[in-house]
This record gives sequence, C-alpha cells and structure tokens, in this order.
Amino acid sequence: MTAGRAITALAALFAAITLAPLLWMVSVSLMQPGEAGQFPPPLIPADPTLANYHELFAAQGMGVFLGNSLLVSTLATLLALLFTLPAGYAFAKLRFRGRTATVQTLLALLLIPGQIGMLPLFLELKAIGLVNSYAGVLIPWLAGIIGIFLVRQYALSIPDELLEAARIDGASEWDMFRHVVLPILRPAIATLALFVFLGSWNDFMWPLIVLSDQDLYTLPVALASLGRERAQDIELMMAGSVVTTVPVLLLFLALQRQFIGGLLAGSVKG
Amino acid sequence: MSATGVKAERRAGWLFSAPALLAIALFFVLPTIASLALSLTDFDIYALADIRNLRFVGLDNYAELLADPLFWTALGNTLWFVVLGVPLVLVVSLAAALLVNERMVAWRPVWRVAFFAPYVATLVAAAVVWKYLLHTRYGLVNYVFGTLGLPTVDWLGDPHWAIPAITLFVVWKSFGYAMLIFLAALQTVPRDLVEAARIDGAGWWSRLRHVTLPALAPAAGLVTILTVIAMFQLFAEPYVMTEGGPAQSTITVLYLMFEEGFQWWNLGTGAAVAVVLFVCILAAALLPALAMRLLRVCRS
Repeated sequence: MTAGRAITALAALFAAITLAPLLWMVSVSLMQPGEAGQFPPPLIPADPTLANYHELFAAQGMGVFLGNSLLVSTLATLLALLFTLPAGYAFAKLRFRGRTATVQTLLALLLIPGQIGMLPLFLELKAIGLVNSYAGVLIPWLAGIIGIFLVRQYALSIPDELLEAARIDGASEWDMFRHVVLPILRPAIATLALFVFLGSWNDFMWPLIVLSDQDLYTLPVALASLGRERAQDIELMMAGSVVTTVPVLLLFLALQRQFIGGLLAGSVKG
Repeated sequence: MSATGVKAERRAGWLFSAPALLAIALFFVLPTIASLALSLTDFDIYALADIRNLRFVGLDNYAELLADPLFWTALGNTLWFVVLGVPLVLVVSLAAALLVNERMVAWRPVWRVAFFAPYVATLVAAAVVWKYLLHTRYGLVNYVFGTLGLPTVDWLGDPHWAIPAITLFVVWKSFGYAMLIFLAALQTVPRDLVEAARIDGAGWWSRLRHVTLPALAPAAGLVTILTVIAMFQLFAEPYVMTEGGPAQSTITVLYLMFEEGFQWWNLGTGAAVAVVLFVCILAAALLPALAMRLLRVCRS
C-alpha cells in the first residue's frame, strides 16, 4: 500500500511539473502590470486584477483576433468534413477502378510534409488572388490526407451486407451515404472535427505567411506579433497566451476521452 | 446485383473522392513538385513583379547553399535539436507511460490528461510562456536552479544554451503524444508474462528490463522517427522564443526556408532549402526500415 502511495505521489509530482507552466501563465495574467518582473518571481498575484485582459480587448483588438480564430477554425472544420468524409467512405467501401492504386498513392504522399510546397503554394494562391484572405488560410485543410485515412479506417468496419441491403431496396448511392453511412460514422466525424478544429486553431506558420492585414490575423499570429512589440509586459503577454490557448485546453478537457481514444486507436492500428 | 447498380457504385466512388483528390492534386502535389522546379530558377522579388525576369539556373541555388555558412549552421542546429531531443522525449514519455500504466497508481486518468495537456496547448502561446519562464533574471526556471544551489543560466541569451533551452520546451510540449504511443504498445504486453516473471521472483527492474522494454522496442522506434521528423519541422519555437538568435544559434532548416522565401523573397533559394528538408525527412522516415531489412538480409 505504501509503495502505491509513493508511486502515486511521484505521478502527482510529475503532473504538477508538467502543468506548472500553464498554471503560472494563468496566475501571472492576473497580476498587476510589472508585478511579475521582480525577484524572487511571485507565484500568486498579490492583488488579482483583470486589467491585462481589459487592455487586450479594449486597446489591442483581441476580440477581433478571437473572432477571426473562431471563424477560421469553424470553417476549416466544416470544409475538412465536407471533403474528407465522402472520400474516406469511397476508399473504404465503394468498388471503383483505380481505388487501390489511389489509396496506395495517398499513403505514400503521407510521407511528404506540407511545408515542402509552401513557397509554390503561396505563388499559386497569389496567382488566383487568395493571398491575404481566409480562403488562402483554409486551402491546406481541404487536402488533409490523414483525415481521409481516419475516416476510411472507421468506414472499413461498416458491414457490406448493410450497404447491399440498402442498394436492393433501391436507395441511391448518395441517399445511402446520407442516411446509412453518416450515422454510423458519427464517432469518426467527431474525432476528425476535433482534430481539425484544434489543428487549425493552433496553426501558425501558414497563416503567418498568407495573412498580411493585421485585421485578419488569427490568435497565434496576433500573439507572436504582440510579443515582438510588447516583450517587456509579461502580464499582458500572459493574458494574451491565456486567451489564445485556454479555449482549446477547455475543449480538450471536455472531450478528452474522445481525443485520447481517437489517437490511441490510430496508433494501435498504424 | 444489376449492372446499373455496379455502374452507379463506380460512378459514386469517383464522385465522392473527386473533390478531395482534386484539392490534394492542386494544393499539395502540384506545389510539392513545383518546389523542385522552383529550386532550379532564380525566382526572386523581380520575378515576383514580372515573371519575365525569371531564369533557369540549374543547380546554382544548391551550389550557393552548400557554400553558405548559414545553411550549415541551420543544418547543424537542427541536428543538435535531434541529438538532444530524441533521447529526452524517449525517456520522459516512457516514464510517463509506465507511471500511467502502473496499476498501483491512483487516479491514473487524471495524470494521463495532465501529461497530455501541453501537446494540445497552442504552440505560440506556450512558447511565449516558456520564453518568460526561461528569463535570466525573473524566470521561474533560474529561480528554482538558484534555490537548489545550481548555477543560473542565460537560457535564451547564450548561444550555447539556446538550443538546449528550446529543446526543453519542445520535450515538454510533445512528450504527451509519444506517451500515448507507448501506452498503446503497453496494452499489448501480456499481463500473464509479467505475472509469470513476478512469480519467478523477478523484481520490478528486471521485469521492466526483460519483459516490458523488449515489447516496447517497435514503439520506441516509431517515437524516434516521429521525433526526428518533428525536430526537422521546428519553426514557431525559435521564431517566437529567439527569432533565430542569439547569433543565429537557433536558426533551423525550416526557419531558413521561411527567411529566404518570405522575408527576402529569394523563392528559388528557399525552394532549394525545402528540397533539402524533404530529403532529410524522407531519409529519417525510410532509412531505419531500410537498415533493418539490410540487417536481416545479412544475418540470414
């Protein structure tokens, strides 16, 4: 029993160290301006205040960036679902010529990181006039190969008899997808939506490249830019970090079973 | 099944996958191939203004890169990140996985969520937080070092310490994901085998050493490959924490591509950096499997 308690304490200590930076971020964001720049560094605000948040939203336009991030991530999620779900299902269950070869090609493409094509993609978007727009930010989310495989993996478990029965009843392929397949795919839809939402919310390099208008910035781009102007204002920067990351941390906490379950399932099979 | 049904299914197969395939072709495959073509040109700000200024220069960009000390600095920095980061990620994530998997530990799901939280946190925000944690004078890390009687370090301001400091951050940020891979592998270690070893009198350490760890070897290989690839893709970390400094000591290969391409608009040179990056990542992904196969061929 004591061994159990000791090792539990070890796990708790490890967890406390892991969470310390995030807790410190929240604590400092509530300090008076200048309070964190002392020695020894204070851990708890002496006189908690929301002044930093007030400045962020009133003077730095944080509300706009928050809205931008919400919009971009929501659109990215919807678009990714729209493009990925039918494709993943088709690659799992519909028999058509070239399917095997296409799936193998896509598997090989997984090895190529997206950054390799960033410069030509920028030129491509510039040519069609999508630079400095959300359409430009969203485009890479249309071409998510991992998402297709996530859906395909799940769709493989749909029994063929079910689809054949629907076909014999005279259902069209589209009706079948809408009314038979999508309800079964619901867990995969939730997992994919969660991954894309978090991924697009946290994405930094591509929005940094595509967006030049400050009004269009997403939270990470805005925070990085603020960090270069106001590096000395620790408390303000921590409040900005809280606004940027706490929404996704809360989303993760609320849906952590699904999230970790989805990742575990993926790595067991892969 | 009727012939029209087969035909309908075939048509649906293409119609359902066409939008995604078209997007992948236009916005992923085409740019990747174009990167190769772009790296053979002198595409710069003048070509950006007027495409007629574009010239084919063969392998000149690559020759220039190989002669550029900054390229070697970036490559060396990236390798240093790999050398420091891979063992740290392996050890920390394995320890976390063993803790969370140990049945004697109470509240295991709580610890699992705690260990995983940094992976979910927004990279830029977390990097900003760590930048201040690592501050020479007011940072918590140096404060803890001071109270423990250890020498304090100018983490992000000293060219020798900036990479270890950022590596520390990257390990904190990413070990939760590697932990999940180990956890998935731990589910496949047969409990009977562990119990049998226990009954035979094997202690905790020898059970770990002779039963658990051998079963985790494939997972460790996967974590190694994924971490190497992740280290080659570092960009936001140095961008936010050090801007590549001090004295270019934290410039990575991807950072160099960004600077060449989007800061100085030398898109030809930038594309050449991208191709080099691609070759490195491909090697990291494929060489281990190749080496294993060679080893097997040699043994048989």
